[in-house]
Amino acid sequence: MVLRKGQPPPPVGPFAISKVVSVEMMPGAITFRDRVAVGSVRLVNLLSRRLGRGAGTVAGGRVGLHVSPKLLAHLARSRTVVLVSGTNGKTTTAAMVSAGWGGEVALNQTGSNMTEGHLAAMVESSSPHVVLEVDEKWLENVVAATQPRAVILLNLSRDQLDRSNEVRAIAEQWRQMWATSDGTDERTVVIANVNDPLVVYAAECAPHVRWCDVETTWLADAASCPKCTRALHFSPLGWTCECGFTRPTATTTQRGEHLVINGNASTLRLALPGTFNAANAAMALTALDALEVPIDQAQVRVSRLANVAGRFSQRHWRGHELRLTLAKNPAGFSAMLNTVQEFPGELWIAINARVADGRDPSWLYDVPFESLRGRRVYCFGDRRLDLATRLDLAGVEFELSSEDSPPPPTGPVTVLANYTAFQDWLERSSK
Amino acid sequence: MIRVATLYPDLLGTYGDGGNALVLVERARRRGFDAELLEILVDDQLVSADVFLLGGGEDGPQRQAADLLRDSPLREVYESGAHVVAVCAGLQILGTTFVIEGDHQYEGLGLVDVKTTRGAKRSVGELAVSVDDEILVGFENHGGESHLGKDVEPLGAVLRGRGNDGRVDGFRAARLWATYAHGPVLAMNPWFADVVLASVLQRELAVLPSVADQLHAQRLRALGL
Ligand SMILES: [Zn+2]
Repeated sequence: MVLRKGQPPPPVGPFAISKVVSVEMMPGAITFRDRVAVGSVRLVNLLSRRLGRGAGTVAGGRVGLHVSPKLLAHLARSRTVVLVSGTNGKTTTAAMVSAGWGGEVALNQTGSNMTEGHLAAMVESSSPHVVLEVDEKWLENVVAATQPRAVILLNLSRDQLDRSNEVRAIAEQWRQMWATSDGTDERTVVIANVNDPLVVYAAECAPHVRWCDVETTWLADAASCPKCTRALHFSPLGWTCECGFTRPTATTTQRGEHLVINGNASTLRLALPGTFNAANAAMALTALDALEVPIDQAQVRVSRLANVAGRFSQRHWRGHELRLTLAKNPAGFSAMLNTVQEFPGELWIAINARVADGRDPSWLYDVPFESLRGRRVYCFGDRRLDLATRLDLAGVEFELSSEDSPPPPTGPVTVLANYTAFQDWLERSSK
Repeated sequence: MIRVATLYPDLLGTYGDGGNALVLVERARRRGFDAELLEILVDDQLVSADVFLLGGGEDGPQRQAADLLRDSPLREVYESGAHVVAVCAGLQILGTTFVIEGDHQYEGLGLVDVKTTRGAKRSVGELAVSVDDEILVGFENHGGESHLGKDVEPLGAVLRGRGNDGRVDGFRAARLWATYAHGPVLAMNPWFADVVLASVLQRELAVLPSVADQLHAQRLRALGL
């Protein structure tokens, strides 16, 4: 594979926002131009919602940026901004930071995690507290524009490789952002996962880092050292390389329900299932602790969060009781397979390979489907034959199915779907 | 008993390439042959096997894998009868030189007379290659352009996508196959898995129906082939 070093992958958004949102900050008050821009964002988003064109966050942002290219920077001025990025858990972790903070928070909850979505969130709410989930490739621009108080770096693993955003290139891009320090605020606290060597590589040059030792299962993308490419040595105590690159000492530790932040121990009891959600909560709470939000109350609020953007929600469809779960890539899928094993009843897996999913479903072979042996899986989605072939090789009993001819209702069903397949199931089913 | 070894899956396994080893083992076992799956990791010595598989990887790992393989007995093992299947970065490594990390040229294993240079743009998308009477389908994602020496036979003619240069994809020699179709190319193309397996087992193989046949047919339809 050829990776063009130091050169970020081409933008995949509707147009190259990196060129529009300038890296340098523009001091000064909100301008007349900004007011017009804000008005346009509101109006266009309202119209696109009325017209039934989705959640109505992209079009408005586009118009707003056209009127005032520095709108994002201006809207972020004198507000406390927390950014969340990484391959998996962005939406949930952002929702956790928002819930834990309490009160009104500007949050881009629609999964629109590029500039247009950020603008929509900050226009719709004038709260001084802002939480934005940020696409990995846009983080550099959003950091420069919003001067965040905290940036949570969750993890980095392979995702949508047909867009060639190879994970090491992203780790390098993040690292350069702090290493060159242009456009970054020296007060910014980075909350980073020490069990992901790529995240450590990306974060270690940041001025302030809160290192988090949270349960992380996926390490296949960090087998070789991000600094020298030699093999990393992993042990239960951490990881290290001959070149000296090694796991930093953490101030936040999470093991199951056991959480310690800066010496304060507590028990995490989340309404959301899964180990990965406990890890996400630990990092969200560490960010809030860094912002001096009283952590006990924040933890109670985070614990109550029961579904995020439809994930884990209970739905109904043609007499079936469905529990919808989402996983988008090998790391997410591996984590979710452990979680769905605890859910009784039937398991339906739906796989698409549309543009938003990445058009290449090769990643199915990086998911340890072998853990489903002994359970029958119904295969749904555009690429159900790819899934069925993978399950066949894994020794898992499978049944090809489709939305038009589903199996008859027999009990609770867990639907595990990748991105657009999940959206399809959310639309297809009702509360 | 056949031994199927994936070489350095910790370096070269970006696109689910481990699936290829699994397919060979499964298709051998379902026909009643004993088969063993081995993973040779970065710190391991190269052990003997009947077929070695090389996957795709990013620049740093690709360079490291090439360094390790040049120092390994893979060439001798191949010349004394082992089989090799390589995809993507693995294909480039088998050649004499490849260009990655900007415009740095690295030495490959030189098992085959193939030079890989930087392509004008990245080749990303569905790939279909006509190989004898069959069609190989898969997905490619690479920035290389591979030039075959005059005695090197390509794997086949490109029907969709780019492969080596837009005209042909990969290369083949006795006991050796290489393609830019990365990831589980043997899973998507059961006929190709059987070509490799028949050569490893040195016998003709009976048809072995599986859901992979439906997958292969569906991909051909999706590509209008
Ligand atoms: Zn190192």
